[in-house]
Amino acid sequence: MSADLITGPTVVATEATTREEHRPIPPSLVTAAWLIARKDMVVELRTRTALLAALALSLLSIVIFNFAWDPTAVAALDLAPGLLWVIFTFSGLLGLHRAFGVEQADRAMDALLGAPIPRTAIYAGKALGNLALVLLVQLVSIPAALVVYNLEIARVILPLGGIALLAGIGLVAVGTLFGAMTTSTRASELLLPVLALPFFVPVVTAAAQATARLMGGRPVNETIGWLKLLAAYDIIFVVACAFAYTVIADE
Amino acid sequence: MNPSSTTSRPTRTIDGLLLAGLFAVAGAVTRAIWFTPVEARQGLAQKIFYIHVPSAFIALYIAFGLLAVSSGLYLWLRDPRLDRMAESAAEVGLVYMSVVLLTGPIWGKTVWGTWWTWDARLTLTLFLWFIVLGLLLLRQSIEERTMRARYSAVLGLLAALLVPFIHLSVYLFRTLHPRPIVLKPSAPSLPGSMLTTLLISFAAFLLLFIGLVRTRYRYATSRDELLAAEGTE
Amino acid sequence: MALVEAAALTRAFGNRRAVDRIDLAIAGGECLALFGPNGAGKTTLLRLLAGLLRPTAGQARVDGVALPGGAAARAVVGLISHQTMLYPALTALENVEFAARLHGVPNATAAARGALGRLAIADRADTPVRALSRGMQQRVTVARALVHSPRVLLLDEPFTGLDDAGSSTLAETLAELAREGAALLLVTHDVREGLALATHVAVMRRGSIALHEPRIASGEPDAFVRRYREIVSA
Repeated sequence: MSADLITGPTVVATEATTREEHRPIPPSLVTAAWLIARKDMVVELRTRTALLAALALSLLSIVIFNFAWDPTAVAALDLAPGLLWVIFTFSGLLGLHRAFGVEQADRAMDALLGAPIPRTAIYAGKALGNLALVLLVQLVSIPAALVVYNLEIARVILPLGGIALLAGIGLVAVGTLFGAMTTSTRASELLLPVLALPFFVPVVTAAAQATARLMGGRPVNETIGWLKLLAAYDIIFVVACAFAYTVIADE
Repeated sequence: MNPSSTTSRPTRTIDGLLLAGLFAVAGAVTRAIWFTPVEARQGLAQKIFYIHVPSAFIALYIAFGLLAVSSGLYLWLRDPRLDRMAESAAEVGLVYMSVVLLTGPIWGKTVWGTWWTWDARLTLTLFLWFIVLGLLLLRQSIEERTMRARYSAVLGLLAALLVPFIHLSVYLFRTLHPRPIVLKPSAPSLPGSMLTTLLISFAAFLLLFIGLVRTRYRYATSRDELLAAEGTE
Repeated sequence: MALVEAAALTRAFGNRRAVDRIDLAIAGGECLALFGPNGAGKTTLLRLLAGLLRPTAGQARVDGVALPGGAAARAVVGLISHQTMLYPALTALENVEFAARLHGVPNATAAARGALGRLAIADRADTPVRALSRGMQQRVTVARALVHSPRVLLLDEPFTGLDDAGSSTLAETLAELAREGAALLLVTHDVREGLALATHVAVMRRGSIALHEPRIASGEPDAFVRRYREIVSA
């Protein structure tokens, strides 16, 4: 066999040129991001670790808080919005850590980084998968909380979905980047909340305040400032973190 | 690399500037306590201002500014000296922020009647304290030098981006919440001798800051040189 | 023109030079077997050529594209490293298909099935990787690395965990790829497997190339092992 190989190089040129036509065309940023997000969702649906853990934590917290405060002293309307957003933030952290943990286990990350796709596609794909997870948790927990705390549902559910989406994007943009940063460090699961929570403060504040005004039936112009804050945060941190990821991934 | 060929000066145990800064701060505090009149309404508690205000200004604007700028420049130039500067600014800045967060409530309790208030600057200091603490923890958990520098620089820059958002959310938050009645003694309205003391105090704390950062930076340099000498056999 | 070229290629971690001014050229159809003790910098060299690490100094080209050349350079490289680089929750086919799609291979499913067939593991295509033995996983790993018909193959201990049948299937596949014009860089501790495939042989020591010669000059495996030990302990 080795005798064949030594004479190998002489026949190369013709072989290589005929291959040129079949050369694959690497996917675009959007396609690659979607491929990665879809792959993550399939993995998540098979293992269900992060989703179920985040859901369980979220629902459990809603129940526990119900017993931790005295409903005769404090109205649910005053407490629920803040609680909900604190709960989402903490349950979201469970999923954020997992996104890059999946890649780290058998160094599948090397295959992603070695693929002919832009680094930003990896960030976008991971963020998209995380967003799906966070929104899914909210989709279950928000109605659950509204029911358990006996709050008005029909009137607020749609605008509340809008706030959840705006806040979810902000949380995931920053959380995905920090997830990527901490998976390659020691004590990653401890470090992620410490790094991410201060960055979540404006999002949680804005989302909770907007939710409170919405549920309290306040005029829309009281909410608009908070929504603008959320939108501005989303735009700035999606762009900044996508760029930051290329710096992080570049070893 | 031969260790003896490096250009570092022999490490002095005590930095001159640091010593000067320490004496200056001691002097400024002495002047503030014994040689400055007691403020009529706030009483002795007002003396805290001579420590609190300079520390807050230096922590928020100079230390954090230095951290953000050296982080940004590092990502551009990839010079390890900029990383050491960011490291030093973060650590000394954390000390100054801690002073702010400790002295603030002591004054607040006596004058406002409450330990804590979600005032914009106080809140900002608190969150920057958390972020800088996180940054130092992140640095600690990464072995490889260039990776540590890159990650830390990214976090330093993102923190700078976050500042306006924290400011804005505190501002929006307050417009609809009652605030504690604030006696805000703005510096220019202070009587002459108090203003002089405040300025002297500011200069002293700045000198101490420079001394501390310089010492910390030199330590980082020697540490990196030592690691380099060990790493290359 | 060589498919893989390196000139004074250097990569430092902190101040330690894991790869120190390496010159290298591998033409299509050639297979360079790279030996060396642990920590010699072999893996770092592979990661540099795969575009996963940025060189500290020097140049490298893969298929004419200077590294780190972004997507264009990565498109022609297939990488096998110590770890499987697979997702345990996905099936063998899903893993390979995912790699094919990321490389933009037309008709990804068929290509993935083809690659699994080539490694004689087509019958386990729908088994989750988690449920496969280490040797079977290694076959999937190789299929994943080959699915986009890379012109440059960087192989870090590809025979890990393979039984005799698996080893010979892999060796045949690699020889076939070389005949088709691919350039192979094979890092291994198995001198016999390495020499059997090689057209050239190199030894790395403390980040540098200590020996580089055509396969013919290396002689029999036993003789080569004696020389290798001398070089490494020098």
